[in-house]
Amino acid sequence: MSTGASVETADLLTDLPPSPAVWCSGLRKRYRRQPAVDGVSFTVGRGEVVGLLGPNGAGKTTVIKMLLGLVRPDAGDMLLLGRPARDPHARARVGYLPELFRYQPWLTAAEVLALHVRLAGVAVPPGEQRECLGVVGLADRAGDRVAGFSKGMQQRLGLAVALVTRPELVVLDEPTSALDPIGRADVRDLLLALKARGVAVLLNSHLIGEVERVCDRVVILDKGRVAAAGSLAELLGRRELRLRLDGVSADAERRLAAAGQLTRDGTTFTIALPADEDETVVPELVADLVALGVRVHAVEPARISLEEWLLDILRAGHEGERS
Amino acid sequence: MIARTVLTIAALTLQEAARRRVLWALAGLTVALLALSAWGFSRLGAELGSLTSGETRLIAAQVLNLVMFGLSLIAALGTAFLAGPTLAGEMESGTTLAVLARPVRRSAVVVGKWLGLAVFGSGFVAVAGLAQFVIVQVTVDYWPPQPVIGLALLAAETTVLLTLGLLLATVISPMASGIVSVGLFGATWIAGVVGGVGEAFGNEGVALTGTVSRMLLPTDGLWRGAMHAFQDPVALTRLGAEVEGGFPFLSDASLTPAYLTWAGLWVALMLGLAGLAFQRRDL
Repeated sequence: MSTGASVETADLLTDLPPSPAVWCSGLRKRYRRQPAVDGVSFTVGRGEVVGLLGPNGAGKTTVIKMLLGLVRPDAGDMLLLGRPARDPHARARVGYLPELFRYQPWLTAAEVLALHVRLAGVAVPPGEQRECLGVVGLADRAGDRVAGFSKGMQQRLGLAVALVTRPELVVLDEPTSALDPIGRADVRDLLLALKARGVAVLLNSHLIGEVERVCDRVVILDKGRVAAAGSLAELLGRRELRLRLDGVSADAERRLAAAGQLTRDGTTFTIALPADEDETVVPELVADLVALGVRVHAVEPARISLEEWLLDILRAGHEGERS
Repeated sequence: MIARTVLTIAALTLQEAARRRVLWALAGLTVALLALSAWGFSRLGAELGSLTSGETRLIAAQVLNLVMFGLSLIAALGTAFLAGPTLAGEMESGTTLAVLARPVRRSAVVVGKWLGLAVFGSGFVAVAGLAQFVIVQVTVDYWPPQPVIGLALLAAETTVLLTLGLLLATVISPMASGIVSVGLFGATWIAGVVGGVGEAFGNEGVALTGTVSRMLLPTDGLWRGAMHAFQDPVALTRLGAEVEGGFPFLSDASLTPAYLTWAGLWVALMLGLAGLAFQRRDL
C-alpha cells in the first residue's frame, strides 16, 4: 500500500511541469541612496531564450549578478532551476559569462576550463573540454596562457567556461562586446545551437538585432523596473500602416484615429494597427477615406522593428516622467 | 562541496604563487640573504678564535636570529603581497565573478586561498630556514636546540600575517592591504623591542606596550618564541644577567601554551571575519 502511494507520488512529481530556469519576484537593490533595481520580476522557462534589454544603467547587470549570488538583493525572491538562488547548489547547472570577463592569466585556456569543471563538481572528460574550446574557436590555443590572449579571445574563452559544465541555464552578459563581426555570427550560431538543445539562455545585449534573431521573449528594463516584457510575436505583432494623403478633413482624421493610434508628419499619417486586426480593416479604411474626399497617394504596410519599439517604450517612459 | 572548493582554490593559489614573478623575487632575495650570511658566518668563524665556546655560541645564536629575522621578513613580505592581489586584485579585475558564480561558498574560497598561502609560506620558511641551519652548522659548528619548533613558530608567524593580509584584502585595495599588513608587522616588532627595553629598566608602562602589541598581532610574540628555539639555552643562562630583556635578537622565555592558543584563536577569528566580510561584499 505504502509502496503504491510512493509510486503515485513519484508519478505525480514526474508529471509536474519542470520548474522554470529562472524565476524572480520583487528584486530590489540600492547602491547607497540610488535604487539600481526596483521591483523586478520575470521568468525564463526551460529551454527558452530570453533577452534582457534596456539603456545603460537600467539595472540589467545588477539583476544578473543578483541571480548568481554575486550581489546581495535588498529584497525579493529568486529560484534558479527550481532551487532558491541563495543556495550555492542552485548554480550547479548554470553557466555564466560576466560582462567583465577575466580569467586567471597564469593558467592556460585548458586549465581554466578544468578549474571550472572541478569547481562545478561535474565530471566532464578532458576530450569534451577540448571540444568545448573548439566550439568557441580556441582549439589550437588550448595550451597557451590566458595572459597572451586578446580581449576577443578571452571573451571566447569565457563562453567556453560558461558552456563546459553542461549547463541547463546559461547567463550571458554582453557576450559579443569584444568580438568582431565573425565572432558575433559565431555567438549567434552558438545561441541557436543551445536553443536547439533545450538549454535556457538569459541574454543581456545592446545589440538589438542579435536579440531579435535568437530570443523567444524579451524583458525590457528601464531605471531598474520592467518597462515591458513578452514574446517577440506579442510585442512586435503590432503592425503599422503608413499613408500619404492630402485633403484630410477633420472627419477624415477622426476616421483615421478610429483605426488605431495615429501620428501625423505633414502629409504622412502613421497608424499603429492593433495586433488582432483582421484583413478587412485596411481596404475599408481606404474606401472610407476616398468617400470622405481624401486624395490617397500611397498606402504602405510596415512592421515595427524591435529597435523602434524599444525606443518608443523608453521615450514614452521618460516623457511620462517629465509631464 | 566545501572541502572540494577549499582544496581546489588552495591548489590554484599555490599554482599562482609558483607561476607569478613573486616566487622568483622571493627566491632571489632568499639566495642573496643566505649567501651573505654564509660569508658572514665564515668570517665570524675565523674571528672568534679568541672567545670562549660559550661566547661563540651566544654570538652565533644572535647572528642566526638576526638572519632568521631577515628570512621571516621576506616570508612576511612575500605572503602579504601575495595575499592582497590574490583576493582584492581578483575582485578588482573581475576574475572572481566567474569563479564565485560556480556552486561554491565564498567562505570556502577564502579558506582555500588562506590554506594555499599558508602552505606556500610555511614551505618557504622550512626550506630557507633549513638551508640557513646547514650554513651555520658548516661555518661555526652551531645547530639550534629546537629547529623544528622554531621553524613551526616562524611558519605560524607568516600565517598570522597572511591572515591579516587576507582580511584587509576583503575591505581595501590590493596594494594598500599589503602595505598596511607589513606596516603593522613592523610596528608590532618595534613595540616588542620597546617593551623589552621597558622590562630591562623595570618600567611597567613601557613593558606593557610590548605585551599589548603581542596580543593584538601575534607576529612578534611568535617570533620571540622562534628565537628562543634557535638560541643556545646554556649560553643564555651563563650570560643571562648581561643581556636580559632589551635585546631584540635574543629571547629569554619560550612561549606559553596559553599564548599559542591565543595565536590560533586569533587566526581563526581573523579568517572568520575575512570570510564574513567577503560573504557580504557585492561584486
